[in-house]
Amino acid sequence: MTGDPLYLDGVDLVDVGIMAVKVIVAFTFLLVATMFMVWFERKLISDMQNRIGPNVAGPWGLLQTFADGVKFFFKEDLRPENADPLVFRLAPYISAVTAFLSFAVVPIGGSFSGGSSGTVTIFGRETYLQVADPPIGILFLLAMSSIAVYGVMLAGWASGSKYPLIGSVRASAQAISYEAALGMATVVVVVLAGTLSTHGIVAAQSGGFTRWFLVSSGIVPFIVFLIAATAELNRPPFDLVEAEQELVGGFHTEYSSIRFALFFLAEFMNVITMSAIMVTLFFGGPAGPIFFGMTWFWPTIWFLLKVLAFLFVFVWFRATLPRLRYDQLMHLGWKLLIPLILFWLMFISLKELRAAYDWNWVVTYGAAVVALAIGASLLVAALRAGDRAYQEELEEV
Amino acid sequence: MGYLNGFKVTFLKLFEERVTTEYPKEKRPKPARFHGRHVLNRYEDGMEKCIGCELCAGVCPAKCIYVRGADNPETAPVSPGERYGYVYEINYLRCIHCDLCVEACPTEAITESKLFEFSFTNRTDAIYTKAELVVDDEGLPQRQPWELWHDGDDLATSGWMRATASSGNPDYQNQISWSGELGYGVRDPEIGQHLSDVRDEADVSEEQYPSGDSRDQH
Repeated sequence: MTGDPLYLDGVDLVDVGIMAVKVIVAFTFLLVATMFMVWFERKLISDMQNRIGPNVAGPWGLLQTFADGVKFFFKEDLRPENADPLVFRLAPYISAVTAFLSFAVVPIGGSFSGGSSGTVTIFGRETYLQVADPPIGILFLLAMSSIAVYGVMLAGWASGSKYPLIGSVRASAQAISYEAALGMATVVVVVLAGTLSTHGIVAAQSGGFTRWFLVSSGIVPFIVFLIAATAELNRPPFDLVEAEQELVGGFHTEYSSIRFALFFLAEFMNVITMSAIMVTLFFGGPAGPIFFGMTWFWPTIWFLLKVLAFLFVFVWFRATLPRLRYDQLMHLGWKLLIPLILFWLMFISLKELRAAYDWNWVVTYGAAVVALAIGASLLVAALRAGDRAYQEELEEV
Repeated sequence: MGYLNGFKVTFLKLFEERVTTEYPKEKRPKPARFHGRHVLNRYEDGMEKCIGCELCAGVCPAKCIYVRGADNPETAPVSPGERYGYVYEINYLRCIHCDLCVEACPTEAITESKLFEFSFTNRTDAIYTKAELVVDDEGLPQRQPWELWHDGDDLATSGWMRATASSGNPDYQNQISWSGELGYGVRDPEIGQHLSDVRDEADVSEEQYPSGDSRDQH
């Protein structure tokens, strides 16, 4: 857990060069992946709706996003009269930059199996296949996804228009609500891995399928994370932020041209990043069987395949689920996911503590069950009281 | 797990047939009575059918038709009757293709082709005059360079003889009382002309659906 071995023996020009190459490759990869993600989503959702989807620009319509991007560049850049000029211009960049930054800490390759530490050798230097491995690792991801809310919030506020404002208020309320569940699901993984570093988390899952945190944390944190991540990404069925039937386009209603494209880019980039994070946290990152010796090649392929599977799932959600009502969204977040993951977090922590300090397991789990029962009954009572108050309020109206 | 059934539905859709018609490349057949761009028909001897009565202009709800009739020159008559359409203009920026002009025309002079893929770059071009509207010597619509015609579209102008004869007497329905060869076929009789036809169509007896209502006047 000492960070990237690239910096162990001081930093010279070669290290800087490797670093620059990694940044450029990651940046390009993310941009191209986003481009194809948009295509993939449009194609897949049309497949799920008996349609054909984009098929004119390039083979199978692959260049559709590129064509759209070029078109955005040449569109007129409008700014509403009431908009705050500085913040209005700033907001899309906050969204896009945070979306780029969060991908930096995701390990996208390197063999972790058989005792190897996930390093690859480039120009005679050992390094991790990720742009950065800060000790705070996963906290950086949470911080970035929180700052991304500012992009949405400021965009809505600075537009000087009512629908974007309502959209952005919804967005921030939703993101804050679900970030609690998202964060706690992450903490479960952190407790199990014993480290915040994303590289460390992947290393802790090496050694076969059963070591993946999907299995060893019990499947619940993953499901909570998946639902919370969907809400955090403002994707269907939680896309109230841009509920076009109610809010025109949501927070980016007033945006046009390349500024709108930046929001669009950030949105899809976040989908890819969030899929990559889920792979990192619960599916062992680049872990997978390695065939005929190309140790640097297969992990990246496995990683990409896993990410692709999640992208499929996100599109599948969109094709299947109708949008939640706002109170249902809040109900699911606060009354279901947060208590559930809170209980799960305490249970996992207790399990780890018992193993570490060798406590008597009857006493430990007995106390845990009693505590959980008390907590659950209090929670149920509170929910019932809340419902009663709500019903009385309805009757008064 | 009722919640998850929806996922199965959307997943199975992946393997189903696509319903999209890739419009510019392939086109679905147009309905028999499609309302497209108008044509002004002629008799087989070359005479124009239009008699300049302005009924089409009068009935037009969009007020897009302008007609000025004139007396036929005795030496070189344009139409068989006394008068002919001296000026005939349709403004396609206003036309809603309701087909009321076709219904109103007493001589089947104006009918609608199936052409709808035409556009203009200025307002003047949107006004079709007799130069564009009158059919050519073959009785086919003139193809303007800015119109996207497809094979068969001009053969199927809605030059139908009306089911009701021009006298309004259903006994003569389907019988062409004047030359119909420049129209493109005879429309099948619609039910609702004779009550006996309606009864046969719906397979009901006379007691169930007696005569004497307004539909049976002829």
